[in-house]
Amino acid sequence: MGDNAFTAAIPALPSFLIAFYPVTTLYNLFVSHRLSSCMPPVAIANSVPTLVTPAPATVPSLQAIGLTKEYGTVRAIENLNFTVARGEIVGFLGPNGAGKSTTMRIFAGLLAATSGRAYVAGIPVASAPDEAKRRLGFMPEQNPLPDEMRVSEYLRFRARLKEIPRRKIAPRVDQAMEMCGLQHKSRRKIIGTLSKGYRQRVGIADAILAEPEVILMDEPTIGLDPKQILDIRRLIDSLRGRLTVLISSHILAEIEVCCDRVMIINQGRLVAAGTTSNLRREFFPKGEWRLYLRGDPAALDQLLPNIDPGLRVAACSATDSEGFIEVRLEGPANNPGLGENILIALMQHPGWRIREFAQVEPGLEQIFLAVTKQSDEPILPAIRKGK
Amino acid sequence: MRHYPLLLAHELRMLAVSAATYCAAVLFLLLMGLIYFLVLYGYGHVENDPPMAQYFQIFFIPVFFVVPLLTMKSLADEQRHGTLEAMLTTPATTLEIVLAKYSAAYLFYISLWAITLFFPYVAIWFLPGVGPDSPLRDTASLAGGYLFVVASGLLYIALGIFASSLTRNTLVAGMLCFSMLFVLIISGNLLPHLSLQESWFVHIQPAVDYLQTFRHLEDFSRGIVDTRPFFLYASNTILVLGVTTLVVESRTSA
Repeated sequence: MGDNAFTAAIPALPSFLIAFYPVTTLYNLFVSHRLSSCMPPVAIANSVPTLVTPAPATVPSLQAIGLTKEYGTVRAIENLNFTVARGEIVGFLGPNGAGKSTTMRIFAGLLAATSGRAYVAGIPVASAPDEAKRRLGFMPEQNPLPDEMRVSEYLRFRARLKEIPRRKIAPRVDQAMEMCGLQHKSRRKIIGTLSKGYRQRVGIADAILAEPEVILMDEPTIGLDPKQILDIRRLIDSLRGRLTVLISSHILAEIEVCCDRVMIINQGRLVAAGTTSNLRREFFPKGEWRLYLRGDPAALDQLLPNIDPGLRVAACSATDSEGFIEVRLEGPANNPGLGENILIALMQHPGWRIREFAQVEPGLEQIFLAVTKQSDEPILPAIRKGK
Repeated sequence: MRHYPLLLAHELRMLAVSAATYCAAVLFLLLMGLIYFLVLYGYGHVENDPPMAQYFQIFFIPVFFVVPLLTMKSLADEQRHGTLEAMLTTPATTLEIVLAKYSAAYLFYISLWAITLFFPYVAIWFLPGVGPDSPLRDTASLAGGYLFVVASGLLYIALGIFASSLTRNTLVAGMLCFSMLFVLIISGNLLPHLSLQESWFVHIQPAVDYLQTFRHLEDFSRGIVDTRPFFLYASNTILVLGVTTLVVESRTSA
């Protein structure tokens, strides 16, 4: 009997031992992460973080140091270095496949970087993902929501999952719904029945629910109508100064209006960063003016060098039905009074009638196109490993 | 594991509001009711094992369709819709999510079987002349059978959750689960029939015998409670759930 029991127990023994392998592996991974992590800029609180202690204002909300992610032989992002200061609203731009979502997913703790470090409010994401997640709200690109739940019910569930103290859940859910315009009509609605715009609102409400220090929004305005985009813009505006927001979007006009500055990523590399006006100066060093003129444009060639030696006619259109010509002037951008001087000189010229005169400032769209075009060619050969 | 109770409550609630759950429950109870009726009907004609022992002999039929139905959606659907990823942007861990889904499915599976506990009592209530020594009142086979269901269910549901973690397609998850259950339950019974005489088979014969699900069932339904099957099912459940956690982690971070 004893022998039989022993023989019969043999098959169970290896399975029992193997059963503990994943458990011990997971534990070892956890411990090694803790031990091998670099010293974080801010000490990680040991207490249960139902109330997350905000990082000091000097600590950047987001910091990437040499961040690289490889999928097999393809580098999705390569050596990204940037910081986002507290309270900033930053646009994260790039063509499709540039690595925006990958970067955001690394910060959200969903992806592990191949090399480099990512910090959220001074917390290293790789070694303290839970702490980092407590300081971050993430709205993924597809905004996945459970279709069967009601809006308020879903937000309450997420609030508890995000470890908001029980007594604060109801007011926080109400506040997030109020901010996102979900309070009245959609409160009791089942998520599956909501329109795209309202689903986006639910996603944003979820991201801001726990009042995290940082919010990452991956394409929050995708598929929305102009009114809904305006609503989302107002909502993001209302977060200004309180939370740090990193928004990725293809709607550049929105980014230009909403964001304090932009970062442009192309083929996995950060190719430009700064305010729109700084980028404009960097990538469009010349000023441009548009003029609708009736008269002989040839006289401009004599007039313009007298105003500024660098000023010249860049383009001239054909005469329109009313006899006006569109003229594009090009000159130095670092002369702040130049536009006024041109206008005065034009008005004083006796043979001309001026219908319109305006300074042409390249928008974010032109900047984006210029930056990505400029950065395309030198990067391409280096982007594939082994080439 | 602080998020586990919350996630479990959420999963149970999701099961409670899902129409598929009620379809599975109704189908299961109809089938089990029919099987119990046929067992009782046959028992009147031929002297055999107690009705509950016979009833549990065909436990695999509901297992083959209820377990895939209950588990195929759990992780596959969440991976397809991205809601699993959204869950992982919170401090909840993959292990907590997997355990919550597993526990919810297991509790539902056990509660379905628990409802069938009423079958013998209903039969006793309605059938005339059922004495105190009637085989219908055989509590040993009743308790043993249900203990077997509780123990084996641990592993079967874990396999279902594992199958669901391997794919984003619920149908594929269901078929995978069915195949794994089929191999696990039926193959142990088929191997001895192959009459293999090779020396290696003779050596592993005790191990193969030990893996025979029907042998466990036979013991349990006779009221013999052996701890070894519990050990086998529990240890393999831990193994399967551990692997499932690793699979989900690797899939969400890919």
